[in-house]
Amino acid sequence: MRGFNITITVLIASAIFSYLFAFIAGLCRISENPIIRHVTAVYVEVFRGTSLIVQLFWLYYAIPMLFGIQLGSNWWTGVIAIALNYGAYMSEVVRGSILAISKGQTEAAIALNMSKFQRMRLIILPQAVRMMLPEFGNYTIQMLKATSLVSLIGMTDILYYGDIIRSSNLSQAPIVYFLVLIFYFLLALPLIWLTRKAESISKKGVASG
Amino acid sequence: MKWNWETFFDALPFILPGLGVTVGLTFACYLFALVFGFFWTFLRRIPIRTINWTVTWVMEFIRSTPPLVQLFFIYYAWPMIPGIGVALSPFTSAILGLGIHFSTYIGEIYRSGIESVEKGQWEAAKALNFSTVDKWRKIILPQAIPPTIPMLGNYLIIMFKEVPLASTIGVAGILLMANTYGARNWAYLEPLTIVGIIFLLLSYPSAILINKLEKRMNRRFDKEMAFVKEEVKNA
Repeated sequence: MRGFNITITVLIASAIFSYLFAFIAGLCRISENPIIRHVTAVYVEVFRGTSLIVQLFWLYYAIPMLFGIQLGSNWWTGVIAIALNYGAYMSEVVRGSILAISKGQTEAAIALNMSKFQRMRLIILPQAVRMMLPEFGNYTIQMLKATSLVSLIGMTDILYYGDIIRSSNLSQAPIVYFLVLIFYFLLALPLIWLTRKAESISKKGVASG
Repeated sequence: MKWNWETFFDALPFILPGLGVTVGLTFACYLFALVFGFFWTFLRRIPIRTINWTVTWVMEFIRSTPPLVQLFFIYYAWPMIPGIGVALSPFTSAILGLGIHFSTYIGEIYRSGIESVEKGQWEAAKALNFSTVDKWRKIILPQAIPPTIPMLGNYLIIMFKEVPLASTIGVAGILLMANTYGARNWAYLEPLTIVGIIFLLLSYPSAILINKLEKRMNRRFDKEMAFVKEEVKNA
């Protein structure tokens, strides 16, 4: 199964980019500037409102036609599509967690004469990130599943090789696809474990209410 | 090549008939998942450890592997399995594949609903000598179902957005229509944009609707809780 490294590199790259997008978009959504806020809201709603497979095809077929540019390679198209899509979903998690930090924390920080930036970095984010962890874990598992879509734009990932073996020997289809499923599950297991761990971390030492 | 309105209006009537298939498939998958979800919840409640353990892991397996691969498995591999294999139409395969995938999520929602019913209610049902059927019908389910409704609604929208996966095995929904049009006329931009717009137009308002529903339910729940607290204080 040579498609392994494609699946893994796409997963890692899109995970990193989507976290980045999530934080940028999440922070923009709570910005005081109405223009920034509304522009990001449109981004988030458009990417949450349409399906990933449509976005992927759109980036793959439509962008080159519209602007006459290629988005680097197929690899980049896949990563950008997945990252933009899940970045939009996770930005809601970021926003929710930041808003869930109680007002008293912000007020205390103001009382300590902290700048806005310090307030965010030292007081709000350390508490909010902790709440985000389990959700981020869940979305990373979702992203692993989403990487299987890149085989549709001609990338040679696990599923692509599975398809090739199947088409050369039809009677082997059950074994081939079962193996592919097992591979994905093996990749997901550490993520599931990390997510559980993240859940216990986020619960630890936090007083309720 | 740039945006071309002529292509846009040429592609629109070509794609729109696929909408019925897409929406129909969404509801078919959803119904299947709703029913099959009960099956998972029921299996998980069997108090035998090996069964419980197996079911949990099977659910975990289905949840954490890509629905696309599951779809291919059912469509291409299932007919090849000797003995039980039957060739299925793309539409049926899609219902089975996506339905089973999402039934594991729906099953978890049911479970969370049942677990949200307070322990005192179970005890009260027992104390009042309710039969098992009466206990579920009159006490547990009326309390377990309402909080799950917004979550179930969310899954309808999520499934709507996953249904285009079925275009890969040849279900003629809007995405396949757009791709066919694109391949025939070498114009992908307009048809794919139409698909995107259709999805946005349908899913965004429903998302807002469900959000409102959720808020209303939360408010009702808060009111009830406040009422209970008041009662306790007065007692």
